[in-house]
Amino acid sequence: MLRVFAGEWVKLRRPTLLLGTLGAVGGLVAMVTSVIYLLIDDPGGNGDRGRTISREILQLPSGFSLTFAQSAGLLGLVALCIFAAQTAQEYTYGTLRNILVRQPSRMKVLAGKYLAMSLFALIVVIFAAIVGMGLSYALSGRAKVITDAWFTTDALFDTANSFANVIFATIAHGTVGMVLGLLLRSPISSISIGVIWILIVESILVAVRGSFAKYLPGVQLSNIGQGGSDDLTFIYSVRYALIFLLAVAILASILFKRRDVAN
Amino acid sequence: MSNRALIVRDLSKKYGDLFALSHANFEVPLGTICGFVGPNGSGKTTTIRMLLALIAPSGGSGEVLDISIDEPEKYLPFIGAMIEGPAFYPALTGIQNLKVLAKIGGFSLDRIPGLLELVGLGNRGDSKYKTYSLGMKQRLGIAAALLPNPKVLILDEPTNGLDPAGIQEVRDLLRKLADSGITVFVSSHLLSELEMISEYLVVLREGRVIFSGKTKELLAKQQPRIRVKSNHPNGIQIAREIAEESGHNCEIFGDELLVTAPPEYGSELNLQSFSRGITLTEISPIHPSLEETFFEMTGTEMIHEAGR
Repeated sequence: MLRVFAGEWVKLRRPTLLLGTLGAVGGLVAMVTSVIYLLIDDPGGNGDRGRTISREILQLPSGFSLTFAQSAGLLGLVALCIFAAQTAQEYTYGTLRNILVRQPSRMKVLAGKYLAMSLFALIVVIFAAIVGMGLSYALSGRAKVITDAWFTTDALFDTANSFANVIFATIAHGTVGMVLGLLLRSPISSISIGVIWILIVESILVAVRGSFAKYLPGVQLSNIGQGGSDDLTFIYSVRYALIFLLAVAILASILFKRRDVAN
Repeated sequence: MSNRALIVRDLSKKYGDLFALSHANFEVPLGTICGFVGPNGSGKTTTIRMLLALIAPSGGSGEVLDISIDEPEKYLPFIGAMIEGPAFYPALTGIQNLKVLAKIGGFSLDRIPGLLELVGLGNRGDSKYKTYSLGMKQRLGIAAALLPNPKVLILDEPTNGLDPAGIQEVRDLLRKLADSGITVFVSSHLLSELEMISEYLVVLREGRVIFSGKTKELLAKQQPRIRVKSNHPNGIQIAREIAEESGHNCEIFGDELLVTAPPEYGSELNLQSFSRGITLTEISPIHPSLEETFFEMTGTEMIHEAGR
């Protein structure tokens, strides 16, 4: 498994992929953070779907990592795309056969790839946290946000908590991407179906009937990243996500183990 | 340990009602070059994929280096393979692509520069794979197959896309590898190429093995022929009658007669033709080629062209 991890890492660490992803994620988190701080007094709101994230909320110990946590959904989508592409491209390039000749244990191949992509996701999330929190501090003066509570033990605990939630949500999104890549064997199909489902289909379903939210995997993963909400508890979302991910991962693993590699 | 690199017993692969490979039986001796021949769709790649544990057989069994194909983790570390052409990551360089496979296989990275030199890519290792020509991609595929310092090298159509000089280089490389003790199992549709380098052959047609054994045994299966020409208006017709009266099969193609007979029959045919007032302008034995034999065995209609 570690050998597959090392091989996969050669692909993932190439500058165009790693730096490109960090640049894109840094830009997204910077955008979210800038909007929250620069539009703090805007009557149209400064948060998701017109919500207002007030100065009082940002001044709490959890305010330091709040913008980073708000980016969890976007980080998840990035992870979904990368996991799906890295998995499905082995079929489209025909490189899976090379890998399986060098490592015939298909479960070790899956585990090694998953580990490498999870490390990639961890690096991306750490970078996003640095950008989000760094920019929050940089913009706090202009937005007249008092940051005294950000440098307390409570803030450290909240930041660690946010980071854990975001990394869980990001890797969970990535897991969905990897499963789609294994099932569909095409980067374009797996990415488009994953993104369309999470961004469009789930949004429509929730808009049609709010109670659908508790049955939708994308909603649960975003909710985990943001530490839970009034409508869905954090614990409920974690339980749902674990059961869902376990089920789809087992299904995809069985298929991967048994399916002929004919391309 | 037996002296067989590959043993295949009743190996089959069925998709729906169709056999991609049906009850194949053959053996490949250690340290030889074995050509794996057959028209497109005859089951060559399916067989190779089963030997490499990429697809599961529907029936039968196989052994690689005396180890069942049900236990690929025990023999694949000693196998080098290129299946259905080279497959690499376009955005990585040649060296990076080999590093990926070397790391997965647990092989030394120190081998990479030497292998690139060996296949003639020493000065292009740092170029991205997507910039390679088809011939360079094939060479990288061969380098990747050699990463484990294999005991058995399985190559599926390794000369596709290579120019004549490149084909000659691959041919020389395979010979050199076989001389160093590596068993080479190579498929190709370039029959003349396999005839020149293969000591053993496995011939497939429509999913069935129609020959497996020494190349010279295959060649011996075809009757030698004599090409006859005459400048007399009915010369080759009369020569045909003479040959057929002597019990030899004959075919006329254009202005020439092909007589199925050993070379020494040529002098007798010449003598009898002369006694009937016919002058033969050409009596030349045709040495049977693998290509001729192959086309005869696979039943294609190119026998005449090959026979010429």
